[in-house]
Amino acid sequence: MWDYTDKVLELFYDPKNQGTIEETGESGVKVATGEVGSISCGDALRLHLKVEVESDKILDARFQTFGCTSAIASSSALTEMVKGLTLDEALKVSNKDIANYLGGLPEAKMHCSVMGQEALEAAIYNYRGIPLAAHDDDDEGVLICSCFGITDTKIRRVVKENNLTTAEQVTNYVKAGGGCGSCLTKIDDIIKDVEQEVATTSKNANNGIKTTEILNSGQIATATRPLTNVQKIALIQKVLDEEVRPVLIADGGDVELYDIEGNTVKVILKGACDSCPSSTATLKIAIESRLRDRISKDIVVQAVEP
Amino acid sequence: MSVIYLDNNATTKVDPQVLEAMMPYLTEYYANPSSMHTFGGQLAKAVKTAREQLAALLGADESEIVFTSCGTEGDNAAIRAALLAQPEKRHIITTQVEHPAVLNVCKQLETQGYSVTYLSVNSQGQLDLDELEASLTGNTALVSIMYANNETGTIFPIEQIGLRVKERGALFHVDAVQAVGKIPLNMKTSTIDMLTMSGHKIHAPKGIGALYVRRGVRFRPLLIGGHQERGRRAGTENVPGIVGLGKAAELELLHLEEATTRERKLRDRLEQTLLAKIPDCEVNGDPKNRLPNTTNIGFKYIEGEAILLLLNKYGICASSGSACTSGSLEPSHVLRAMGLPYTTLHGSIRFSLCRYTTDAEIDRVIEVMPEIVERLRALSPFKNDDAGWLQSQEQTLAHR
Ligand code: FES
Repeated sequence: MWDYTDKVLELFYDPKNQGTIEETGESGVKVATGEVGSISCGDALRLHLKVEVESDKILDARFQTFGCTSAIASSSALTEMVKGLTLDEALKVSNKDIANYLGGLPEAKMHCSVMGQEALEAAIYNYRGIPLAAHDDDDEGVLICSCFGITDTKIRRVVKENNLTTAEQVTNYVKAGGGCGSCLTKIDDIIKDVEQEVATTSKNANNGIKTTEILNSGQIATATRPLTNVQKIALIQKVLDEEVRPVLIADGGDVELYDIEGNTVKVILKGACDSCPSSTATLKIAIESRLRDRISKDIVVQAVEP
Repeated sequence: MSVIYLDNNATTKVDPQVLEAMMPYLTEYYANPSSMHTFGGQLAKAVKTAREQLAALLGADESEIVFTSCGTEGDNAAIRAALLAQPEKRHIITTQVEHPAVLNVCKQLETQGYSVTYLSVNSQGQLDLDELEASLTGNTALVSIMYANNETGTIFPIEQIGLRVKERGALFHVDAVQAVGKIPLNMKTSTIDMLTMSGHKIHAPKGIGALYVRRGVRFRPLLIGGHQERGRRAGTENVPGIVGLGKAAELELLHLEEATTRERKLRDRLEQTLLAKIPDCEVNGDPKNRLPNTTNIGFKYIEGEAILLLLNKYGICASSGSACTSGSLEPSHVLRAMGLPYTTLHGSIRFSLCRYTTDAEIDRVIEVMPEIVERLRALSPFKNDDAGWLQSQEQTLAHR
């Protein structure tokens, strides 16, 4: 059964900005078009942007979508979001922003938001006359999923951008792996690879970046000195104790800090959290994002067996 | 808003008479039919009656009926039994369009050293009997082929297939989950060795089914334990379910003729009117050999889940072969095997009727469907076959 937010349903039943924008020859105005997806994959989107040349502003946006409920709603949302933005501003719109605008999408439908973001990018790059290969190296990489024609470059990109940790999530976001499934192990390898890459870059970055420390008041402030390991552990422990555990305990669960390796924080989930089917969500939403907020955006939280 | 239920190939509503027949067995008659006391004996009698009722529907002998929990169990049990009974044979033949309850068992068996031939189908979903003939060898233990396809309703020439199978000495299993109650069956004059059926497709509740096993066919049970079902399926009988299935079978037999002619008429009216009113759509499946209650129509250039959600708004329940609804991302393996073009594939909707379907309900679907299709096509970038983008896509697909 469908598990859509009211916003998704609203934009599906009553889509805004459907249709095309024709070049009218109006001076100072140009139309940009971006196409992604394909009929074989079951969803496709053609996005039209009316751009004021002088200011680089998007005056109007319209869409044509072949696809399911959430593909149509995502396209409609996208057009609403980009109207009035400059092209540079529009380029910053991520698939997460689209999903958020919709009040969330079922995870299995996240690929619809990715399609929106890609069409936007395609339209803007088309408009700027940048050849496809130069900006969109997605088609350049090695083909990983032949069922859906997805390359490693594209998988890497969504894994990084959305902090994906499982092949199943990758399937939800870009469909790769959702056909015969023979590419799933390759996807797992890519995820591992990206995780390592992120870990090393953040390790390098950590040596020089501004870091946080705890003030006497209990507030967290940034300082220019790097954190020592002891400080980092103390800080993580403090955030866990003060901000995370009370919420989990209230739900009959708990968490214990187990170890820290670079930016990987290993925890043991306890009580209801341990057996809870949504414990990955707990890790990601409740713990990881909190630690990222408070300490470093590179932190990755992993659960270890008690 | 009342529900217009045209998804009867997925499941059916329990007939009130079936429920009524079951009720005492959910309340006062709760004994174990295997018990020696009179109380238990009363239940054993009820089970016997149900067996007779079901045997009558299938044209079988009551000793040939094994109650199961569902169609999936029946399929699994039949396939395993056939292989266990002939351990020297290592080859299975089935089709590309079977239900997952058969396909996935076969796939698993492939990892255990069996070889499996998956027969292809043509654009109408029909088998090529020469291909079957060529695949049969002395090593073939089992041929498992569905009677009628759940998605398109295409009926396979089961008896012609059976003759060829018997010539080569293989066992013949038929998944008839969609056929029972919709077309007349007679196991006495049939070549079928084992046949699977499921209660909830014929207005009995979910959780009950049966397997017909021809007398003389060696059968090794899937469930091992007590001696129930003459050792062919262990486990205390689901007496209320069995009683319900028996009653449902009796009712199906009673309604078979009338219901199927009336259902066929309704189905045909639905199909023909939609085809006449809506451009660019076509019926998927064999136009001649098809279940009387099923129509599967491909609406080009739009996607099935979106159609279903709009139908849902009017309280109309149907089903789609599109990927988006199934939790998988690949469109229906049945429609794919038929080689349907992608323009049709993703927008295919199955309407499946039953004896409760009314004229007014069909009128309602006929009324709203054109508007739904038009609405979604207005949103679609693919509107006709010569749209440039679509053409270029089809070219790249052809090169893949
Ligand atoms: S190759 Fe990726 S799902 Fe088939």
